[in-house]
Amino acid sequence: MMATISPDNSGLRLAVRYTVLSLIAVIFLFPLVFMVVSSFKPDAQLLADTASLRAFLPVGDISLDNYAAAFARAPVGLFVFNSVLVTGVTVLLSLFVCSLAAFSFVFLRWRGRKLLLAIIVATLIVPFETIAIPLLLIAANLPWIGLDGFQIGWLNTYRVQIIPWIADGLTIFLFVQYFKDLPGELIEAARVEGASSWTIYRRIVMPLAGPVLATAAILKFLIMYNQYLWPLMVVQQESYRPVMVGLQYFFQLNRAWGEIMAYLSMITVPVLAFYLYMQRAFIASIASTGVKG
Amino acid sequence: MKTVTLSASIVALLSGTAVSAQTPLSMWYHGAGNVVESEIINGIVSDFNASQSDYVVSLESFPQGAYNDSVIAAALAGNLPDIMDVDGPVMPNWAWAGYMQPLLIDEDVIADFLPGTKGYYNDQLYSVGFWDAAVALVTRQSILDELGLRTPTLDDPWTGDEFNAALEAAKQSGNYEYAINLGMADAGEWYPYAFSPFLQSFGGDIIDRETYQTAEGVLNGDEAMAFGEWWQGLFEAGYAPGTSQDPADLDTGFTDGRFAFSWTGNWMALNTLLAFEDTLFLPAPDFGHGPKIGAASWQFGVSATSDHPEGASAFIEFALQDEYLAAFSDGIGLIPATPTAAEMTQYYSEGAPMAVFFDLSAAQGTLRPVTPGYVVAAKVFEKALADIANGADVADTLDAAVDEIDTDIQRNNGYN
Repeated sequence: MMATISPDNSGLRLAVRYTVLSLIAVIFLFPLVFMVVSSFKPDAQLLADTASLRAFLPVGDISLDNYAAAFARAPVGLFVFNSVLVTGVTVLLSLFVCSLAAFSFVFLRWRGRKLLLAIIVATLIVPFETIAIPLLLIAANLPWIGLDGFQIGWLNTYRVQIIPWIADGLTIFLFVQYFKDLPGELIEAARVEGASSWTIYRRIVMPLAGPVLATAAILKFLIMYNQYLWPLMVVQQESYRPVMVGLQYFFQLNRAWGEIMAYLSMITVPVLAFYLYMQRAFIASIASTGVKG
Repeated sequence: MKTVTLSASIVALLSGTAVSAQTPLSMWYHGAGNVVESEIINGIVSDFNASQSDYVVSLESFPQGAYNDSVIAAALAGNLPDIMDVDGPVMPNWAWAGYMQPLLIDEDVIADFLPGTKGYYNDQLYSVGFWDAAVALVTRQSILDELGLRTPTLDDPWTGDEFNAALEAAKQSGNYEYAINLGMADAGEWYPYAFSPFLQSFGGDIIDRETYQTAEGVLNGDEAMAFGEWWQGLFEAGYAPGTSQDPADLDTGFTDGRFAFSWTGNWMALNTLLAFEDTLFLPAPDFGHGPKIGAASWQFGVSATSDHPEGASAFIEFALQDEYLAAFSDGIGLIPATPTAAEMTQYYSEGAPMAVFFDLSAAQGTLRPVTPGYVVAAKVFEKALADIANGADVADTLDAAVDEIDTDIQRNNGYN
């Protein structure tokens, strides 16, 4: 016989729900807890503890030695700064450029927009690895005029890590899907009142785009913060290296696992902080659009 | 990146200020993240820059795991430095691909260097190493005594049968989780570096070194088949953990007493010595074609695009001084390239605890196939060994590996 839940046992229902959710949360939290806890342990203890639940507990010889050693081994602060700078600038520019593009596809009438959108969406199935080398050759030979004068080549700069990543099919697609669901009457009313396209974009569309902005920002943040192959190809100077390439500093012949965990704990902080800041809008976006992050 | 700083040039011209006469040389090194190594290489660069007025070297360090990909990307982008280091077995590929040019150093300088430190390709010297690395069978005298085994020597190493009997004795003793730690958790270059010498000792090889045009007959011939069956037997008999080995074993498996033997490199030797006073570093067993271990580690060369190969070579020649070779050895535990440098070191001087590695390297060191195709062949060999360890049919696996290696050679027109 099928069990039924009536208002009488709503307390039980809540208890079951919270128990299941708590168990799932614990499973997802285990790797993070292991990482943070291990970052305080010496290597011998860290390795020994992996065979038991002690791996998730801050017990034994606990210290900040791994953090000190990590800072001695690599310029951790520089790497985090580089990644946050590149990621932050790229996310901001991406939200602006991609939302403008999506606005154009959804609210403006021009020949070929459907074909162009289809082409842009089709780029989602093109792996980055297939365009990496052509992109590298282009980046190595692009001109630039800056404070140092005229230059040929973008290698070993921040801009080479930012500009190629500003516009992408996924972000444009997210904005297009969201804009399509906005009430058309609002846009029409604005047009009747004589609002320009820029005004409609700035005053009407974007103020309503909070959830999709959060979703796009988080997805872009994760993609950019986790960049490895591209910066490895275009950056040969330590001063521009991001965190993921920096992680390789810790994989020596004798691996210092405690230092690796300390480094990972430190570079995870910006990601967690950003996610927690955007969390509410992100969840609202998923709930309203069905987009999975 | 080519930067045109017009203003600086104009100021220099107008003011008549002499621009520095020193020619800048860029140098890339794979040791970022290794604090000791970085200090030593920075010291050498400083010494060189202070020793003469023609060149000034600037160093950029890369983490080892990202180094090869960075060099390949830079080569594509036309952004290689003047001086770069290269892993010994990879050097022929980079020379063939046009990333490197022959060194312009007096070869008398390296006459007494260990063979594995000299990077020759097509009879030309492309790179020289400050050190070599060696693998040994690590155990303890007390373990040999407990198992009733004789102590093999360089002149009288264990035969294959003696080695197998030692593994069986360790297993039968019941005192160890496994008889031997082969380092199976350490995927990548470790497999061809550490295990292809076993294959060569059986009489096989990764590629036919007569022509470097095929692996047919050497990687799937009778000797290779015998090797493959033996290799699979190690795991079937439970002598060694397979590819799913706990990575922690690499660091602590032997010192924690879970293994009777460990097939490992000299870079791990110090930890073991500190753990056990009766540590032994034994030579490789002889499976019929001589005892063999891998040779060639990181070496220094000059990029093909360098406009100053004389200066780059001058730096490398300067760095080959015994005091620097000894400093690297003392700092990171690797085998110094010369006997005279070895005598200056803490671990490799005569009677020192790791001196045996110098002798092992000199007596048993065998270069991995000196061909541009090695880079691909090594990955194919690694996968084949992992598959066989996991129970794949030996003949089918080796035949497939041969096909893959031969196809790569053909696709690259024989790497000629």
